[in-house]
Amino acid sequence: MSTSTAVRVRGLSKRYGDVPALAGVDLDIRSGEVFALLGPNGAGKTTTIEILEGYRNRDDGEVEVLGLDPGRERSALKERVGIVLQSSGIDPYLTVAETIEMYAYYYPHPRPVDDVIELVGLQGKRDQRVARLSGGQQRRLDVAIALAGDPDLLFLDEPTTGFDPAARHEAWQIVRDLAALGKTVLLTTHYLDEAEQLAGRVAIIAAGKIVVEDTPARIGGRHRQRPRVTFLLPDGVAPPRGVEAIVEPAGRCVIEPADLTDTLHRLTGWARRQGVALDDLQLQRPTLEDTYLQLLAEHESGADAAPGAAR
Amino acid sequence: MRVVRMTAFQLRYTNKTYWRNPTAAFFTFAFPLMLLVIFTSLLGNGHVYLFGRSLHQSTYYVAQMATFGVISACYTYVAIALTFHRDFGVLKRANGTPMPPAAYFAARVIHALLIAILLVAITAAFGRIAYQARIPTGINLFHFLVMLAVGAMAFSSLAFAVTVVIPNVDAAAPVVQASMLPLLFLSGVFIPLGDNAAGWVKWVGRIFPVRHYSDGMLAGFLGTPFRWSDVAVVAAWGVGGLVVAVRRFSWEPRV
Repeated sequence: MSTSTAVRVRGLSKRYGDVPALAGVDLDIRSGEVFALLGPNGAGKTTTIEILEGYRNRDDGEVEVLGLDPGRERSALKERVGIVLQSSGIDPYLTVAETIEMYAYYYPHPRPVDDVIELVGLQGKRDQRVARLSGGQQRRLDVAIALAGDPDLLFLDEPTTGFDPAARHEAWQIVRDLAALGKTVLLTTHYLDEAEQLAGRVAIIAAGKIVVEDTPARIGGRHRQRPRVTFLLPDGVAPPRGVEAIVEPAGRCVIEPADLTDTLHRLTGWARRQGVALDDLQLQRPTLEDTYLQLLAEHESGADAAPGAAR
Repeated sequence: MRVVRMTAFQLRYTNKTYWRNPTAAFFTFAFPLMLLVIFTSLLGNGHVYLFGRSLHQSTYYVAQMATFGVISACYTYVAIALTFHRDFGVLKRANGTPMPPAAYFAARVIHALLIAILLVAITAAFGRIAYQARIPTGINLFHFLVMLAVGAMAFSSLAFAVTVVIPNVDAAAPVVQASMLPLLFLSGVFIPLGDNAAGWVKWVGRIFPVRHYSDGMLAGFLGTPFRWSDVAVVAAWGVGGLVVAVRRFSWEPRV
């Protein structure tokens, strides 16, 4: 294993009774990268992450986390990873600083408490009881606890679920700061914009298998898909000849050009010459969400047609 | 040694959170004293015939409410607090850190023991002032402290064990009370059982640890015979509880 690999997984499988939860997961996460694991509920995100954390045993496959086997070498691994669980309580009677101090004490080389508090932006709440923190502040404290031992690798399982947009943006900044410190981050999320904002690479898991893995910009051939140009025309004006525009029922014209620059030049040139206003002119790229839904749909129909076929 | 250092550290936090939870602290300390006043007011004028001696019931209740207090602090409170921490993921989080599980167990047990000692001291002082109860001295005191310590540790390891059959936090109080209240009654902690109690009641007392424990506490306060066999039975239950806890204790919510 090279030193630049933080997590290496080959053929990981896990069953809960008769129900297969993971059916051969392969993953490589490089040191220092932010990696997002996406997928619908029940696809195996949390099972995968909890096997990497050492909470669950695997049935089969190879797993190395920071060069250690989370099953056999869990205690050594615990000292080097920080874990933010999907939901986990904090004793409500301790203050923010006391809580972080308590967890920091368990680790051989903890990060200074005030340093951690500053990283997650809880300076103003340092001596406040946990019970009196808002939901978003408690989630930051979750992250602070995970950082207390100054881990090399951080697991974030749905870190911003239930956040309002402002809180989500603040949380993103925390993750970016962690990445800047050189930490490796493995995150799961249901928010595709979150993965796009934070992750260097994303993997989509469905029915216990990794369906596709790439950078957010390239996943599923996203960068090769045609952009959409849309606009509104005044009543009675037809779109120009030479651009293949489809007029949608609501009156919006849509073009999916092969050559974007050329098409835009023709369209705007035509509009200026004719004195026509192109109202609400927009250029749309397929969002990560579009690609994600499309990939899942393809995977589902593919799985129906050829059971067990790997992509 | 690392585990000892961690236990000592964990103990400080266990203690801190205990006193910052006013309801828990109030019930563990106020309840035995309240019941002492109630029982002595209702039943305290009679005598109970025990070990071939006639004993005044007000003194009897000082000893029994000390028993009740220790069981509340070590069994009832610990089992409910553990289930709460388990179900809200506090234990799962702790289990993801390098904290040795033994340190967590040990800190809980030692803390329950310290609370038990404080509780018994308060109950004894209150009994002394209000009801002229006898305070253990000399060899009685030694026996009494042995029983107190063994009992506190045994009942807290039974608390760890009972969480194994508690499905969720809503069930914690009912399961804990249902497993302990009948034993408290059948062991004469609330209503004195004389030497003429029914045979099956006596057998309940012989098998389960509560009667043995309360007999040990009575010996300290009343000077009734102290039996090392009582200590042995209570200790055996404690070891049994510890074995169950070590093998089956869950750090994660049960689903």
